Amino acid sequence: MEKELEETKPNSKLAQVNLKEEFESSGVDQILSELDDTLIGLKPVKTRIRETASLLLVDKAREKMGLMTESPTLHMSFSGNPGTGKTTVALKIADLLFRLGYVRKGHLVTVTRDDLVGQYIGHTAPKTKEVLKKAMGGVLFIDEAYYLYRPENERDYGQEAIEILLQVMENNRDDLVVVLAGYKDRMDKFFESNPGFRSRIAHHINFPDYSNDELLEIGEIMISDMNYKLNEKSREAFAEYIKLRRKQPHFANARSIRNAIDRIRLRQANRVFKTSKGPINSDVLSIIDEVDVRKSRVFSGGIDS
Amino acid sequence: MRITQGTFSFLPDFTDQQIHEQVQYCIDNGWAVSIEYTDDPHPRNTYWEMWGHPMFDNPDAAAVVFELNECRKVYGSYYIRIIAFDSSPGWESIRLSFIVNRPSKEPGFRLNRTETKGRNIQYSMSPYSSDNPQGSRYK
Ligand SMILES: Nc1ncnc2c1ncn2[C@@H]1O[C@H](COP(=O)(O)OP(=O)(O)OP(=O)(O)O)[C@@H](O)[C@H]1O
Ligand SMILES: [Mg+2]
Repeated sequence: MEKELEETKPNSKLAQVNLKEEFESSGVDQILSELDDTLIGLKPVKTRIRETASLLLVDKAREKMGLMTESPTLHMSFSGNPGTGKTTVALKIADLLFRLGYVRKGHLVTVTRDDLVGQYIGHTAPKTKEVLKKAMGGVLFIDEAYYLYRPENERDYGQEAIEILLQVMENNRDDLVVVLAGYKDRMDKFFESNPGFRSRIAHHINFPDYSNDELLEIGEIMISDMNYKLNEKSREAFAEYIKLRRKQPHFANARSIRNAIDRIRLRQANRVFKTSKGPINSDVLSIIDEVDVRKSRVFSGGIDS
Repeated sequence: MRITQGTFSFLPDFTDQQIHEQVQYCIDNGWAVSIEYTDDPHPRNTYWEMWGHPMFDNPDAAAVVFELNECRKVYGSYYIRIIAFDSSPGWESIRLSFIVNRPSKEPGFRLNRTETKGRNIQYSMSPYSSDNPQGSRYK
């Protein structure tokens, strides 16, 4: 009881804090190692998140000792090509900020332009506010944020949504965290023409493309998560597939891998169905064979989605 | 004359932080919270105007405080209250309702005496403020 009273008094000061203890009790460590374990690659992203987490933990400690005057700006921007794990990381960030005590609920609301911008006059403001209210207490993730800004159309309602966003990002900083995401070059242009956003965002995080080896590793995890197995030959074929697929248009990193696996499973099922006679065991049902991979259009010069 | 009605009516007016906490309690119970306003303080005026829609799917009370402040921008000189509806019994019932904004001056009520048959007296009351038409009662 006494402790609670202490915490609600805004100007009360503590003489000492134990950072290690705070770190362990907050569960932040658990999320950071989850991030390390479940996400392949993404070294720079993981480092940035670790640094940010320590900064926030120290900020909280400073606040407890009465050294902080203002809450830090937490809005972020994630730039990177499609399928590089931006949405996946945003989910973790929401959880992380919740554990650190920077958002009250820790949920993630994912939107794109269509969820914010209306079709006619007077439609946009309520729509944007509805979304913002839903995200309060958590994180608002705006995918492909640059579509909000259409300079070529003077009467575009996107501008209205931008203005409301900027206002709430500033005035309700304690209520929600906004993460803008999109492709690097277009995000850079977007920030250039919207300095209001740039100045409100403290953390710019860049998501690099995955290497072929990383993609293979990601693919293997996805496959084993679905209770399938590769054998030596099919693994080799899959590695080749990745090399070829990368050179094709619409390559979307880990998402292309997920899509490829879905099609491989389809071919595997077809093969098993056609060739099986009599009872079969679980191995037959779960092993992905070389042919299941090599039948992909990509090997004969075709294009996979 | 300070109008009191609803829950917490004998407590001093809440701060936004206290409103936030009460609303969070409602949300955590699964109740839909809405904001209503009026410039007619008569106790029999049960149905106030609704500000926006009832809020069903906002997990955090900051959303309600945000709308309350939007409402204050337009109707800052009116009475504003927060109402929480519980639909779990199969119909909407009010669980909690409290005033969160009031005019700076509340002139109170006039007692009307009407003489009726047999020199009986019928009493009624009317707010002084409703002498003025709706929309121009409080400045
Ligand atoms: N490092 C990784 N390790 C394991 N799986 C990953 C990794 N990165 C992405 N994935 C998987 O790839 C898929 C696509 O990732 P995600 O949706 O996060 O990408 P994105 O960057 O948001 O893409 P877009 O810009 O197209 O929205 C998801 O199924 C995710 O689980
Ligand atoms: Mg995404």
